[in-house]
Amino acid sequence: MTSLALDDLSVSIDGAAIVEALALTVGDGEVVGLVGPNGSGKTTALRCVYRALRPSGGAVLIDGRDLARLPLRDSARVIAALTQEGRTDLDFTVEEVVALGRAPHLRGNQALSPRERELCRQAMARTEVLHLAGRGILSLSGGERQRVLVARALVQEPRVLVLDEPTNHLDLHHQIRLLSMLRGAGLSVLVTLHDLNLAASACDRLAVLSRGRLVACGPPAEVLTEELLREAFGVAASVVPHPLTGVPQVLYDLGSATTTIGDPT
Amino acid sequence: MRSSPGTTSPTSEAQAPPAGPGPEAAPPATAFAMPLTVAVLAAVLAVSVLLAIGLGAAAVPPGETLRYLWAAVTGGSIQAGDVTAYQIIWQVRTPRVLLAVLVGAGLSVVGVAIQAMVRNALADPFVLGVSSGASAGAVLVGVTGALAAFGIYAISAGAFLGALLVSALVYLAARGAGGLTPLRLVLTGVAMAFGFQAVMSLIVYFAPDGESTSTVLFWSMGGFGAATWGALPVVAAVTLVTVVLLRRLGRSLDVLALGDETSASLGVDTVRLRRGLFVLTSLATGAMVAVSGAIGFVGLVMPHLVRLWTGAAHVRVLTVAPLAGAIFMVWADLVARTLVAPRELPLGVITALVGVPVFVVLLRRRGYLFGGR
Repeated sequence: MTSLALDDLSVSIDGAAIVEALALTVGDGEVVGLVGPNGSGKTTALRCVYRALRPSGGAVLIDGRDLARLPLRDSARVIAALTQEGRTDLDFTVEEVVALGRAPHLRGNQALSPRERELCRQAMARTEVLHLAGRGILSLSGGERQRVLVARALVQEPRVLVLDEPTNHLDLHHQIRLLSMLRGAGLSVLVTLHDLNLAASACDRLAVLSRGRLVACGPPAEVLTEELLREAFGVAASVVPHPLTGVPQVLYDLGSATTTIGDPT
Repeated sequence: MRSSPGTTSPTSEAQAPPAGPGPEAAPPATAFAMPLTVAVLAAVLAVSVLLAIGLGAAAVPPGETLRYLWAAVTGGSIQAGDVTAYQIIWQVRTPRVLLAVLVGAGLSVVGVAIQAMVRNALADPFVLGVSSGASAGAVLVGVTGALAAFGIYAISAGAFLGALLVSALVYLAARGAGGLTPLRLVLTGVAMAFGFQAVMSLIVYFAPDGESTSTVLFWSMGGFGAATWGALPVVAAVTLVTVVLLRRLGRSLDVLALGDETSASLGVDTVRLRRGLFVLTSLATGAMVAVSGAIGFVGLVMPHLVRLWTGAAHVRVLTVAPLAGAIFMVWADLVARTLVAPRELPLGVITALVGVPVFVVLLRRRGYLFGGR
């Protein structure tokens, strides 16, 4: 079943088309990776899903309903997001930040129920930040903060999770932990990733964006080809199956970058 | 969450740093007992008010003060010899101290709200140009004799209208497709402040007498010397409504501090929230400036001091800030009118003398972060 659908989504800012007629679905419990070179429109597409941006054409559908017609609070109960906005202004404690994930479920300043407190504790444990609970968020390292923000998105109890570069600032251990946790969470996930090998391992399907257009979409084994890497990413790389899992892995060296990113036209 | 607690990595505890954060780094929030704090602050405020009403050029002992207040409230009688003292207590000092309570509380919570709205640690209630608009309005009324229909409140009415005019202009100029953006708000406000200062200077320059100069001084430094019972109910209502409404927005303000993108993903409409905050804080600041002038530093320093004490969560900050601000203002006003009695120092001088060093120490303090290290 489809839970999230981008229906010919288009965004233009000041006349420039950033995303053009993007059609993409995320099924129930499916992990879909959005990959593409810098400026290909990945973040812009995600911003429409977590409603920081209004599409200029097409729509984002959740369970078949147009997101733009839903009150912001209602969509926040279904869709949680990890944005690239890492900084806060005020020195909240880690547990305060995580608890704010309950905001769309609570009225005004209503206190968290014991169940919700336990939920926060579990989310912090899952992203390995429980030991930081009392620390100020501004005193954390980038990777620690990123894990706190993931915990905040989890306590939102969404059905759809949207993550923009969640592995930013994370060390290898936490990159792997985060993505395997996402796979096991049973949520519909739409995630942008730069690391194609990680994306191939973590995602059921990959959608490749180039200049605002979808150029390929499907299981990693079908999408990640040497031809696509050359054309969309401007990299002459080898694609080999992972010796243990069989998932395609991209191998490259410093000579692999072609002089210009290939023009698909 | 849709998983069992068993998903916790068994290694996560082992990976925790061996020593917890030091006592300096520990946030005060966890050990913060709100009901007790509020009770203590309320008691301190009550005692401060009583003392401040009694103290002054002619000091009245607290017992006598209480007796006069009791007589005034219950309509009891006093002896003929006490009439002067009674007049000073009830007609002059009580409204003055109560006004200090209201404005102290109001400026503190408005400071918290404005810092959240424009996302800037240096913002205060006057950052959007309200005070220069109020001064220009007051001076204009003083010079031209306009608004005579308001009687003794004509100048206050002029100040209020001037404040609203600036707010409206800032709103219109800062408004864009994405609502009021923080940086554009601050920049517009600062520009408007300069503009209205120029207008005010022009009025003073061409004014026929020196009267307008003292009006300008009063409005730019602030003070409670003009306090009367008549103006109190309006200010009390405005302050109360502002404190209650802002406190109710506590969690939304927390979300706002996480950023606009994150706010959208958490269901908070930042465009609407900022618009509401702008209208509320503009009206409240305008009302306060109209009766007391632009009293600086309280709205800037109090939010920071309170955050140091309660942590950043706005519900707690907005509970403690009105009480702390009121106490501070009562004592600042007491110092202003007793230090060189019978002359009175401009209140803004006192708040600045206390506020500036406190602020500098605070910003240098390790462990206090607003917007990063």
